[in-house]
Formats: sequence, C-alpha cells, structure tokens
Amino acid sequence: MANDKELKDIVLKYVINEYVEDEEEAEEMDFDTPLISGGLVDSFSMVSLKRFLENKYSISIPDDEATPEAFDSVNKIVVLIKKFL
Amino acid sequence: MAHFGNYEEHCRDFSWSISERELEYQEGRPFNIGWHCSDRICLQGKGNRTALIWEGLGDKRKEYTYTDLRIRSNVVGHHLRSLGIRAEDRVCLFMDKIPELYIGFLGVLKIGAIAQPLFSAFGDESLFVRLDNAQTSAIITQRKHVPKIRKIIDRLPSLKHIIIVDHDGRKELKERETAFDMDSAPAVESLDIHPTHAESPSVLHYTSGTTGQPKGVKHVHYSLISQYLTTKWVLDLHDDDIYWCTADPGWVTGTSYGIIGPFSMGVTQCVMDIGFSADAWYQFIERHRITVWYSAPTAIRSLMKAGDAVVKKYDLSSLRHLASVGEPLNAEAVIWGQKVFGLPFHDTFWQTETGSMMITNYPTMPIKPGSMGKPFPGITAAVLNINTFEPMSEPGQIGLIGFKPGWPSMMRTYWNNEATYRAKFKNGWYLSGDRARTDADGYWWFVGRDDDVINTGGHLVSPFEVESALLEHPAVAESAVVSKPDEVNMEVVKAFVTLKSGYQPSKDLELEIMNFIRKKLSPLAMPQETEFVDGLPKTRSGKIMRRILHAQEWGEEIGDTSTLENDD
Repeated sequence: MANDKELKDIVLKYVINEYVEDEEEAEEMDFDTPLISGGLVDSFSMVSLKRFLENKYSISIPDDEATPEAFDSVNKIVVLIKKFL
Repeated sequence: MAHFGNYEEHCRDFSWSISERELEYQEGRPFNIGWHCSDRICLQGKGNRTALIWEGLGDKRKEYTYTDLRIRSNVVGHHLRSLGIRAEDRVCLFMDKIPELYIGFLGVLKIGAIAQPLFSAFGDESLFVRLDNAQTSAIITQRKHVPKIRKIIDRLPSLKHIIIVDHDGRKELKERETAFDMDSAPAVESLDIHPTHAESPSVLHYTSGTTGQPKGVKHVHYSLISQYLTTKWVLDLHDDDIYWCTADPGWVTGTSYGIIGPFSMGVTQCVMDIGFSADAWYQFIERHRITVWYSAPTAIRSLMKAGDAVVKKYDLSSLRHLASVGEPLNAEAVIWGQKVFGLPFHDTFWQTETGSMMITNYPTMPIKPGSMGKPFPGITAAVLNINTFEPMSEPGQIGLIGFKPGWPSMMRTYWNNEATYRAKFKNGWYLSGDRARTDADGYWWFVGRDDDVINTGGHLVSPFEVESALLEHPAVAESAVVSKPDEVNMEVVKAFVTLKSGYQPSKDLELEIMNFIRKKLSPLAMPQETEFVDGLPKTRSGKIMRRILHAQEWGEEIGDTSTLENDD
C-alpha cells in the first residue's frame, strides 16, 4: 500500500492536471490548498474527483462521506481514502 | 413594514407606471441601467453608502461605496472607449464573482455596449460558441481564465481585446491581451453616459435549448422597470437592508437580482467568492448581519444535508426574508427554512428569457409549501392546453405555462436567431417551456419541463450540446443524454453511449469521458453517470428516442413505442 506521502502526491498531481488551468496557481498548490472552498473544484466536478479516487484505489466512498468538507484539501482527501483502503 | 401589501389590491391597481415614476423614466428620454445603478443613487445623496462588500479566499475583503461604484464603472467605461469599443459592441465579462465583474457590468452599460456575462467555469468550447455567435469585440477576464481564451482565440477574429484585470507582470502578454487594473487606474469623475433609450440593447445572456446551439437572449435597458419593482416588492429590499444574492452573474439571476435590482435601489449587498461550505455560508451571514437572502434550491438542499446542528453554531438572527430561484423549491425545503431560521423560503419562478420574476411568493402572502406562488401584478399568466394553446381556467388541469407578451423585461429576440424567437410564441402567448397547474386559490404548482432540457442545480443544460460534444471523444460512436434524479441538484446529466470498435467499457473510460465534457463544456454538463450500451432506442427513421431513456431513469411509463425501430 502506498504511504501517505505517495498518496498525497498522486492526488495532488491529479488535481493539478485535471482542475487547474493556470500554471501559476498550480505552482502555488500544496497539500493544504483549499480545493472546494477555494473554488478550484466545484461541487459538480467533485463527482469526477470522487470517481477517480474510487477507480484508482478500488474503493467505494459513500455519498454521505463525500462532503465538500472532506474533499477540501489533498490532506483531507487522503484521510478519507485511508478510511476505505 | 413590507413594500408589498394585499395581493389582490396590487393586481387591481397595477400599472408599470408605478415603477416608471419611481425611476423617473420618461418615454423618449435617455435611460441607462448603468447610470441608474450608480450615478442616480449618488445624486440621491447616498454616495457614501456601502454598495458592495466583497470577500474572497484567504480573508480578502474589499468594500465599495456608491461613489466608488460610480467612479470605478466610469473608469471601466472610459477604458473600453479608449480601446475603441462603441455602443452595441458586445463585451464579455468572464470572471469569477470578483468586484470587477459587478462594477465592470455597469461600466459596459454606461457606454452603451452590450454586456455579455459568461459563467467562468465554462470550458473552451462553450466559451467559443457563445463568443462566436455574439461576434464579441472584447472580453474582460482574470489571468487564471486566459489559457481557455488562448485555446480559441485564433478562431475568433472579431475578438479584438482580451482585458486582464489582475495581470501581475510575471508572464508576458500575448497579441490582443492588455492589462487593466480597475482599482488603481486614475479616477474618472465624469463620463459621458451613452444616451441609450428604453429599447437599446443592454445584456446578452446565453441559455440552452433542446436542439441547436445556445441562444443569446437579448435584453434592453427598459428591463430595469421590471427588475426594480420585483426587487422592491418580492425581495422586499429596504434602505437599511444588507442583501446577499448567492447567484453568479454568469447567469441571469446574478445580473437581474445580483447587480441591477439591488444597486438600482441603493442598498448594500454582499458577495462571497469562495466555494460552498455550510459553515462558510453561515459565518458570512453572521459576520455581515445579512437581512435578505436570495439563494437556490440546490444550495438550500446542500445546507439541509449539512444538518441543523451547524445552524445553531451561528447567530443568524439578522435574517428577515428568504427567497429562492432556479428550479422548483420542494415543500420540505420551505418547511426546513421555517424550522431552522424561523423564516420560510419564498420561491420565485422566472427564466433568462423573462428577465425578471413572473410567478412568485410575496412577503405578505401565505405560502403554500411547494407552490410557485402567484403571478406578479401586471403579468398575465395562463395554463395553456398543450394542443390548442388556449387558456384552461379550471384549476387542477396541467398545461403549458404561457405569458402574455409585453412586460418590460421580456427578451427582445434571440441573437441572430429570430426564427427560434418567434417559435416561442403560440396563439399570442409566450411559452416558457414548462408545465404547471393552478389550484382553487389561484396558486401555481410546477409540474415539469415540456422539453428535454436538463435543469441541474438551477442551470439549464442542452442534451444536444452534450451529445454533440460526446461524439468528439475518440471512443464514442453514438450518444444520448437525459436527466436522472438527484437529491441535491434535482436533476443531473446522464449519458448513454455506444462505443466504436476497439474500445471496451470500463470505469476509467467513464471517468475520461466525464473529464472530457467537463473541460470542453462545463462541470454542469459533465455526465455524472455514463452507461455503455450496445445500441440506443431509435425511431424507424433513425432518430434517437431520448424519452424512452428518460422514462427509464425516472421510473415512468415508457408510453407509445410504435415508432421504435427494434420494437418487434
């Protein structure tokens, strides 16, 4: 199983590739950058991010756990993933 | 005390001249929304009043008085003129909910140009079709959105100016790009307001239909007559109110009631430009002592989902009036508002084409939870027979929602698409594309759309547009797009797809298709589910029968299948 740092790197890389158009914004991102409240990932796009995590890690995240708060940073997402790994 | 009194009395005595008088409108004389929303408020002695309180991520905060609004919108207008923008040129506002969007909108109108606000989450293809259709001359944007514009600029010869409001000098500007800082540009105390008249074009909002590309809904400066009075009577704004409209001005609610309505009344409004979270929203209400809150069912249902406990963490006692728009507000949400805020949400029904509220609940009228309310005074509405387009007077009969044309904010045409505009009228009625019924007390009840357009989170998505984009994905052979039920957004997009040979269904391919549409069109248009099928239901003439797939998703009767190709 990947360690925390590897998980975070994979999620951050995916978020940057898929949701961030602006290079400067991408360069400034870290594991704590607010994704949902920061407007980088909207509530509709969150569905595709959830799908990525489920496919990548062969997990199923229940809808009531997939809240904007739980998806609001890479660090928080990794906490969520680890609940279901 | 509410501005609006007894509903029947208002209907009996109504004339749009009430609004014309209050706005000092004179037929044949110049009439300009930009001026009315800034200069006129200053002339009323309210120049020092706060017009806009804005908050962005990272504790960013800005405040503008009405004097600031007047001067800064002059600055924008002056700058556009210096670039050669003239009356009736289209100027796109492609920004997040930042002050430049709100103030820039007024500046565009002041010089007689046409404001074309577009939702900043649109992908490059969605942006292209709208700029191309409008033959837009200039776009005002932020540097984070410039990459999308650069992808399509070569196909847009009419787009002469890309104005970047937050250029920081770290990257070189390319051809047609210029930097412009609204706040630090020299003040422009006096600007010659273009002498627009009632019927001069003001705003071009794009909306989706069942077929064809998005349509540009053309509004005129006279729309202010409706927008002002509905703001006053339905949202019940008073001088000392602190108002929050959560809508993005990329959509009509965000302009009619997020800019024009509140600013024309000279009240203070707050804007929050950060993503959704229940805590952040409640903190915002508490911090600014919001009194009137206009939001959307999707947001309200998301707040309901976050639970009642979080509400109790905040002092929300400043709230005195709540309203909702975008899609039908379910009865549970109205009742929940009453339970947790001590106030019900007042549902309002209208659309991009109507420009202002049409059927609505009023502060002084009892609410029937789940009902749309009653037509605004001066609006003649009817439930029409779906075949004859004749009004049906018996309560309980389901038919099409029709409005008698002639209210001030009615669209004047679809941009470059007069034929589609004319097709919206039957037997002397404007057809909204929705079905409803009335009850014995005259309340209206929404039944559903009368076409295949998908209303997701209060935004319309054209199945045709998504299907067309899907066909551009290398794996997709055929596609059909319908809505499927969703607890929070009412409906979301679902795609049925057949694959080209050599491609196999997989979860990764589904995700790839989701992201493909999200980037090309918008997150709203992204299929939240893609079902890979061997074939799609078609008529014998080869037309895909979306209604069969729709019925399947909603658990409805499939109905007549006599024309189905493979119905043996």
